Amino acid sequence: MITLRDVNKTYYTEATSLHVLKGIDLHIEQGDYVSIMGASGSGKSTLLNILGILDNYDTGDYYLNNKLIKDLSETQAAAYRNEMIGFVFQSFNLINFKNAMENVALPLYYKNISRKKRNAIALEYLDRMGLKDWAYHLPNEMSGGQKQRVAIARAIISQPKILLADEPTGALDSQTTEEVMQLLGELNQTGITTIIVTHEKAVADETRKVIHIKDGLIQNIQHN
Amino acid sequence: MLTGLSVSWGIFILIVLLGAGNGLSNGVRSNFNSRATNSVQLWSGRSSMPYHGLMANRTLDFSDRQVKDIDEQLREPEKKSGIIDKQSTVTYGTEYGNYSLRGVDPTYKDIFNLKFDPDGGRFINKNDLKDHSKVVVIDKKIKEVLFKKEPALGKYVKIGSVMFRIIGINSKKEQYGNPTCYIPFTTAQLIYNPNQKFGSIAMTVNGLDSKAENDSFNKKLIGVMSRSLYFDPKDEQAIYIRNAQRDYLQTMKIFRGITLFVFIIGIFTLIAGIVGVSNIMLVSVKERTREIGIRKAIGAPPGSILRSIIIESILITGIFGYLGMVLGIGLTELVNYIMVQTAAHSTSENDMTIFMNPTVSLTYVFISTFILIISGIIAGYMPARRAVRIKPIEAMREE
Repeated sequence: MITLRDVNKTYYTEATSLHVLKGIDLHIEQGDYVSIMGASGSGKSTLLNILGILDNYDTGDYYLNNKLIKDLSETQAAAYRNEMIGFVFQSFNLINFKNAMENVALPLYYKNISRKKRNAIALEYLDRMGLKDWAYHLPNEMSGGQKQRVAIARAIISQPKILLADEPTGALDSQTTEEVMQLLGELNQTGITTIIVTHEKAVADETRKVIHIKDGLIQNIQHN
Repeated sequence: MLTGLSVSWGIFILIVLLGAGNGLSNGVRSNFNSRATNSVQLWSGRSSMPYHGLMANRTLDFSDRQVKDIDEQLREPEKKSGIIDKQSTVTYGTEYGNYSLRGVDPTYKDIFNLKFDPDGGRFINKNDLKDHSKVVVIDKKIKEVLFKKEPALGKYVKIGSVMFRIIGINSKKEQYGNPTCYIPFTTAQLIYNPNQKFGSIAMTVNGLDSKAENDSFNKKLIGVMSRSLYFDPKDEQAIYIRNAQRDYLQTMKIFRGITLFVFIIGIFTLIAGIVGVSNIMLVSVKERTREIGIRKAIGAPPGSILRSIIIESILITGIFGYLGMVLGIGLTELVNYIMVQTAAHSTSENDMTIFMNPTVSLTYVFISTFILIISGIIAGYMPARRAVRIKPIEAMREE
């Protein structure tokens, strides 16, 4: 599903350069449930950005679903993201002037699906998240846990191959953390490859594989 | 909101100024209607330079020979008329007045655009000329003074001491000068002009479309007259030429200049508006950086972002622009309406029109719409480029 071979990434500023990823080799199977742990500055966010085609890398190869992800045009990258990847963010990243249903339906807009059809599909996904009654509420009328469930619905509405979650529980209390993790676990059961960046050990423990990153290198891969 | 209004203001200024320019242009154009725009009139004067042994300060007068010379030596003149100018008392019953009296050819009507109402009779014709008929065409104003509400056609008036039959009433308002009676040229020669001399010749000319052509025609005309009347062609007092077409062309050139100037002012105001809209769009893009990042992360292609920003910009300029356009057209139409109302109530016939129908044509509306769409695209382009450059990682950045 995902194969990284000797991936390097350096950030350049005017005076200095920062070698963030120093040769990452990684293989993740379809349906895997993986977490990435590391201190801040270790390069775990950069790795997630590259996996999500949000950022490019300097050298090495990245294959996603047997496609080489390298030197893509912005339009192509956008199409791959839309088709293959679902994102869940720490701060939910819902568009706050759109209601829950419109937020969930947004990826389908970029697939040129008619408003009527995509809203119907969005309602279906909200129902699966137990939020049908909140469909016409704006994000700021909802609790953190509800917002994250809306975000998860948005991430999976275009039926992506992988789900990338960046600190999905970072802004949630322990009760809702558990609910969200349970939801992500259930989604993984349906066959979607799930990768979670976290620094909470309790969260990492729920996944099957924990990748420890330190100073831009994979230190070890722990199997739960 | 305020910046959007500057777009309205720009279009408003553009429409109102164009309307004012049109009004001025229409007004002055209507003044030219007092004679055919291709008319040329010359008056004889006094020579101020000695010439071929002839001394200066001779009074020059036209006679039939000059009309014949023009006829034979120049091909541009079409209709020609010698003009005998006199003043005379015109009497009908107990009413009388002192008016100008003109002996003219039948062609005079077309050179000076005289107008006859359906019940206004006719102008002098060739038979009148041949028969030295004692017939007269009077200006409407004379008819109103001498006849009041009575019909005048076919009645006799006394001009000086001779009776003339009225055959026509000219209803064209003369903007300046004394009301006039027109009699056949030959009759005037016979009765009032024993020496057969007269002071003015008028004609229409064909095929002179530029100022240069008109200038060279004027020069040729002076040449012909100089040989015919024996005066120095450089003598500026000998004859005086009024070339309406030359004046017309020159005036129209001035108005084209005014229109261009107005357009430039309007366009610059509009540019100020565009810059304003571009600025608010930039601020809006900046505020929406994260939202655009999120959209990109979930798969919005750059083209879709570009399109949405530019469409938003076109909508803003379009809405505000149309507001300005509607207000501008409203104002010009209102001014026009008021002017038409006042003109209808005005009784003075000596009004010199310099302002008439200050409205803009539908073409300008289409042009403005086109300009607005282009403005919207220009105003939106920079902000849209900025939006496209926003990286999808913006979505990952924590606040």
